[in-house]
Amino acid sequence: MLGARSLLQHPAAKPLLFALALLPFALLVLGVQRDTLGPNPAETLIRSLGDWTLRFLCLTLAITPLRQWSGWVALARFRRMLGLFAAFYASLHFCSYAVFDMGLAWNDIVRDVAKRPFILVGTLALLLMLPLAATSFNRAIRALGAARWQRLHRLIYAVALLAILHFFWMRAGKRNFTEVFVYAAILAVLLGWRVYKAYKPRYFMKLGSHSAKG
Amino acid sequence: MMLPKDRGFVHRLPSEITQQPVFESRRLLLAGLGAIAVLGPRRALAQGAAKTAPLTAVRSSVPGAITMDKPTPMASATSYNNFYEFGTDKSDPMQHAHTLKTRPWTVTIEGEVKKPGTIAIDDLLKLGAMEERVYRLRCVEGWSMVIPWVGYSLSELIRRAEPTGNAKFVQFVTLADREQMPGLRSSVLQWPYVEALRIDEAMHPLSMLAFGLYGQVLPNQNGAPVRLVVPWKYGFKSAKSIVKIRFVEQQPATSWALAAPEEYGFYSNVNPSVDHPRWSQATERRLGEGDLFAKKRPTLMFNGYEAQVGSMYAGMDLKKLF
Repeated sequence: MLGARSLLQHPAAKPLLFALALLPFALLVLGVQRDTLGPNPAETLIRSLGDWTLRFLCLTLAITPLRQWSGWVALARFRRMLGLFAAFYASLHFCSYAVFDMGLAWNDIVRDVAKRPFILVGTLALLLMLPLAATSFNRAIRALGAARWQRLHRLIYAVALLAILHFFWMRAGKRNFTEVFVYAAILAVLLGWRVYKAYKPRYFMKLGSHSAKG
Repeated sequence: MMLPKDRGFVHRLPSEITQQPVFESRRLLLAGLGAIAVLGPRRALAQGAAKTAPLTAVRSSVPGAITMDKPTPMASATSYNNFYEFGTDKSDPMQHAHTLKTRPWTVTIEGEVKKPGTIAIDDLLKLGAMEERVYRLRCVEGWSMVIPWVGYSLSELIRRAEPTGNAKFVQFVTLADREQMPGLRSSVLQWPYVEALRIDEAMHPLSMLAFGLYGQVLPNQNGAPVRLVVPWKYGFKSAKSIVKIRFVEQQPATSWALAAPEEYGFYSNVNPSVDHPRWSQATERRLGEGDLFAKKRPTLMFNGYEAQVGSMYAGMDLKKLF
C-alpha cells in the first residue's frame, strides 16, 4: 500500500487535484444547463462561487501549516494550484455578480461597489489576488527574487481577512453567522499559527533542525 | 363572537365549467409538479408533505387585481420564501414549515372596533366570496414573482368588525409558537412578527386576505392558513399566518422597522426612486422567467399599482415616509 508521502508525490496527484478543484465549477455549469439551481439561479451561482473562493483560500493557507505539522514536504507542490483556483473562483464570483446581478452596466457596478461596504471589501480582496495570480509562475519568482516574491505573496493574509469580512457583512442583514464563524475559526487557526510562529523564532529554529525546512 | 353573514353557497357562474383562471392555475400546478420531479426527491418530499387541496375561486373584478404578467412557476413560489419563523434561508420555510398546525386556528379581532371577537379559520374562509387575483410580488431584496392568490378583500372583514372613529391603523400579528416555529430561536427579529397598515390602506380593495395560491389551499411556507397580501408594498408588509388583527389609534411598531429603522419604514411602498440604504431599488429580478442572462426589469412605482393606490399618498413626501 502506498504511504501518504508517495501518494502526494505520485505523478497523477496533481492532475487529480486539478480535476477535483474544477468539479464545483463543472457542477454549476451543469446546473445552469439543466436549470437545477433553484428558483433564483443567478443568486445560487454567485453565492456558490463565493463559497468556493473561501474554501480554496482556506485550503491554500492550510498547506504550509500542514506541511510543518506533518513533515510532508511534498504538500508544497499543490499550494500554487490551490491558490490559483482561489483566484479562479474569486474572478468567476465577481464576473457572475457583474453579469447576472448588474447586467454588465459598469456605471451601476462602480456605484454599487462604492455604496455597499461588503461589495467594496470583496472587490478589494479580488484586486489583491490578481497580482498574486499574475506572478505565480516560476519565471516571475526568479524575476522578482524569492524574498520580494514572498513579501508580495503575503498579501494572501490580507485577502483572507477581507474575504471573511465580506462574508460577515453579507450575512449581517439576516444575522446568519453560523457558516461565517466556521470559516473565521479555520482562518484564525491558519493565520494564528503563522503569527505564533513569527513570535517564537527560537522554538521553531529548534524544530526546523529536525524537520524539513521550507 | 363575530359571526359571518351566511350567504349559503353561491354559484357565481351559471355552469360548473372550469373557469379560465382555475384552468390556467391547474396547468401551472402541473408545470410545478413537473419541476418538482426534475428537482429531485428531497424537494418533492417537502412539497408532498404540504398537503395541497383545491380552493376554487372566481376571477376577481377588482380593478388592477389581475396582472397580465406571466405567473411564476408554483414550484418557485413555494420553495423560495422569506418566512423567518422557519429560518432565514429561502429554502428553510419549505423544509421546516410542515410543523405548523393550521387547524384549529383562530383569528382574534380586537381594539377600536364595535364587534371584537375571535373567529375560527373555517368561518373566516366563508366570510367573503373567494376570488383569484394575480398580483405582482416585489421583495425588498430585489426579486419579484407573479402569484395567483385566492382570497378576498380585507375590507370585507374590517366592515364586519365595524371600526370606531379611533381606528386609524390596523395591526397584524403572526403566530409565534416555539413548538411549531424553529426560526423563533433566532434573534434577527422580535417575535411575534407584527405588521400594520393605515386604515385607508387596509380598506383598499386590493389589500387582500389570502387563503390559497394557484388554485390550492396555501402551503404552510406561504403563510397558511391566512395571510395578508398588499401588492403595492414590499413583500414583508404582507404578514403571514395571522392570529390577531388589532385596530389602533397610533401608528403601531412593525417588526422590520424595529429591527432596522433606517432601512425599513412603516409605509415600505414599492418605490424605484427610493433606494434601500444598502442597495438600489430601481430594478428587480423576476424569478421563473427562465433566462439567466435576462436583464433585470425596471421596478414600477407602487409596484405597478399607482393608478389604483397612488391617490392615498398624494402630498406625502415618500422619500421621508419610505
